[in-house]
Amino acid sequence: MLSRTADSLFWLARYLERADNTARIVDAASRLAATPDSYAGGSNEWESALAAAGALGAFVATGRQPDRDTAIDFLAFSADNPSSIKSCLQTARHNARAERAALTTDMWQAINTGWLDLRRFDGARMDRQTLNRFLDAVKEACLRFDGSAYRTMLRSDNFFFLKLGVYLERADSTARILDVKYHLLLPEGARVGGGLDYYQWASILRSVSSVTAYRWVYHDSLRPWHIADLLILNEKMPRSLANCYDNLADTLDDLSQAYGTQGPAQRVARSVFSRLRNTEISEIFQKHGLHEFLTDFIKDNGRLGTAIRDQYLA
Amino acid sequence: MPSPFDEMYRPDGQPRPEYAFLADWLKSAGAETLERRRAEAELLFRRIGITFAVYSADDGEERLIPFDIIPRIFNQAEWRQLSAGLEQRVTALNRFLADIYGPAEILKAGVVPAELIYCNPHFRPEMVGLALPHDVHVHVAGIDIVRTGPDEFYVLEDNVRTPSGVSYMLENREVMMRLFPDHFAVNRIAPVETYPDELLAALVSAAPGRAAREPTVALLTPGPFNSAYYEHSFLADKVGIELVEGRDLFVRDDVVFMRTTEGPRRVDVIYRRIDDDFLDPLVFRPDSLLGVPGLMAAYRAGNVTLANSVGTGVADDKAVYTYVPDIIRFYLGEEPLLKNVPTWRCREPDALAHVLDHLDELVVKEVAGSGGYGMLVGPAATAAEREAFAARLKADPEDFIAQPTLALSASPTFAESGIGLRHVDLRPFVLVGADGVRIVPGGLTRVALREGSLVVNSSQGGGTKDTWVLDA
Repeated sequence: MLSRTADSLFWLARYLERADNTARIVDAASRLAATPDSYAGGSNEWESALAAAGALGAFVATGRQPDRDTAIDFLAFSADNPSSIKSCLQTARHNARAERAALTTDMWQAINTGWLDLRRFDGARMDRQTLNRFLDAVKEACLRFDGSAYRTMLRSDNFFFLKLGVYLERADSTARILDVKYHLLLPEGARVGGGLDYYQWASILRSVSSVTAYRWVYHDSLRPWHIADLLILNEKMPRSLANCYDNLADTLDDLSQAYGTQGPAQRVARSVFSRLRNTEISEIFQKHGLHEFLTDFIKDNGRLGTAIRDQYLA
Repeated sequence: MPSPFDEMYRPDGQPRPEYAFLADWLKSAGAETLERRRAEAELLFRRIGITFAVYSADDGEERLIPFDIIPRIFNQAEWRQLSAGLEQRVTALNRFLADIYGPAEILKAGVVPAELIYCNPHFRPEMVGLALPHDVHVHVAGIDIVRTGPDEFYVLEDNVRTPSGVSYMLENREVMMRLFPDHFAVNRIAPVETYPDELLAALVSAAPGRAAREPTVALLTPGPFNSAYYEHSFLADKVGIELVEGRDLFVRDDVVFMRTTEGPRRVDVIYRRIDDDFLDPLVFRPDSLLGVPGLMAAYRAGNVTLANSVGTGVADDKAVYTYVPDIIRFYLGEEPLLKNVPTWRCREPDALAHVLDHLDELVVKEVAGSGGYGMLVGPAATAAEREAFAARLKADPEDFIAQPTLALSASPTFAESGIGLRHVDLRPFVLVGADGVRIVPGGLTRVALREGSLVVNSSQGGGTKDTWVLDA
């Protein structure tokens, strides 16, 4: 297939995944911000949300103060932010339109209809209910696209490049969400206990839609090392770093089988995956340091992105 | 103006034989059924032809070219007459192009004035002396035809650069077969869905001699912002070839490659749907970002086939059009089977005088214009408009031609007010490969939906119809 087509599909998937992740971050932040100040601990939830979405630098450059309205506008609607939910959907749809023939009709309809629906929302002074409707619609459009791909798409390289985009973006997002709040997950934080931490921990899980999954896996109340374990090392947890790399390594193997050759991308993915697989959460806290571990991971994930680009998309 | 030729009914009120069953059906169906079928057709276009909407404006609004559910029908005899004329015409145009970029016999013989060719903006000196694989310059042609009587067919315009519209021919048929399976069960209607296969066969046959046994063919598009992008994408998909943009291709050692996820892959035939000007920034417009640097060098080295070739626009120019009957006689020694619309070349003083005297009856067109721009429709113009145009004519007579306003044939059409006669034209598509000419029986019928209007362009309220050729 054409490298340009593969590139479009890869970024189409990344942008949709980014829109979905940002929607979850905004949702979680907006719930946390609604808790009493004493619980929220006076922290600026919106600044954290911007950082978790990887948009803090660009936001600061606008010269605005992070509060509910400015952060929601920047994260969800701003045309100046190429990673705002609206910009992501617009880029995704643009790519889909350009590669219409590489998608199934269901996939195209999912993204086109989703975009047409969301276009009607206006960012200015959005009340809580309308914001919820908007965020739900974003999640629904992304689910519909993923579901259509899962149900209707031929398992050939088109499908593989979409998957690579999804998991690379998701791994990046989960790592950033954890890193922004890493101080809350440090073992000494656990001793503090109390409402503040509980709300913050729940918020981390909520931003990756995993509150229920947590309970099923650990049968325990929220504990920071479990949360880190779930989101970093648990291969069954669909947004964990380990799960993303399980999928990335698998998908790259599928590609190398289809093409009969392999290269740096396969090697990077496998080495990151085996490191995740052979690590205990206690090691991460004690040997590496959580923040350092996550920073290294984000760098490795970037390296894999570059390797995929050089090997297939350029 | 005399009343136009009615495609369906004879002057005695009886339907022509090929329309008999349709006349019966229309009588029995009633307005309600027709209205329901029209709504179904629109739904189908939005659903199966969803891509029509996809590639319209970027605001995502769905825009459909109006589709009329009453087909336009040709019988076998009419189609044989038409296709023989089309084959003859396109064959002569190919000989003409090979000649003017070669020995230029026709210019030496004085049949076509040399300055008409050498001063033509579509003439490409880069093509002179270049022998093309199998001498084919035009691989895909769309010839616009109008009708004024039972056997009166005229060529209105030749399109031998990058003619479009064939996707509508295919989609219209698809929709009609879903809407009216019974029509197709009782009539032997020649299929058009072989077009993608025929197109591929023609393109493959035109590959350079040194190409692999299974040559790689690609369709080169300007990209998603081009108004015909839908068609490019549709055709690439149906034919089963890659849809490439300029940036997907590169040239190394005069060989064209496309960038794929498995590394560079050699390309042998490029069905290009971008204009000459944008093909290669090293040779044509240096500011073009759509083309491929070095493409012309690869072409000249004989390593790739471009379909259509470069510089074919000199053959579908409005001034050269007037010479096509002479061109046919010159190369083939035959009388043209399809007539030209009588045309006055204003560059000739006698013709100019006649045109100036009869401005109120004539359509005057700019030689270089297209899409209905820069033209005067005499009968519809005011005296002041005619006067202003006369001044332009006298100043630069060589820039203009003039034609009578023809009584275009009309076909029953389901309009807002019920079934009424509307003017139609026809664009059949002619494919030329190394192994001969292929014409799929059918074409794109365009219909002027406004009562009395002669303008069939979709930008000006035109619609389309399915075009049937009855096999027996």
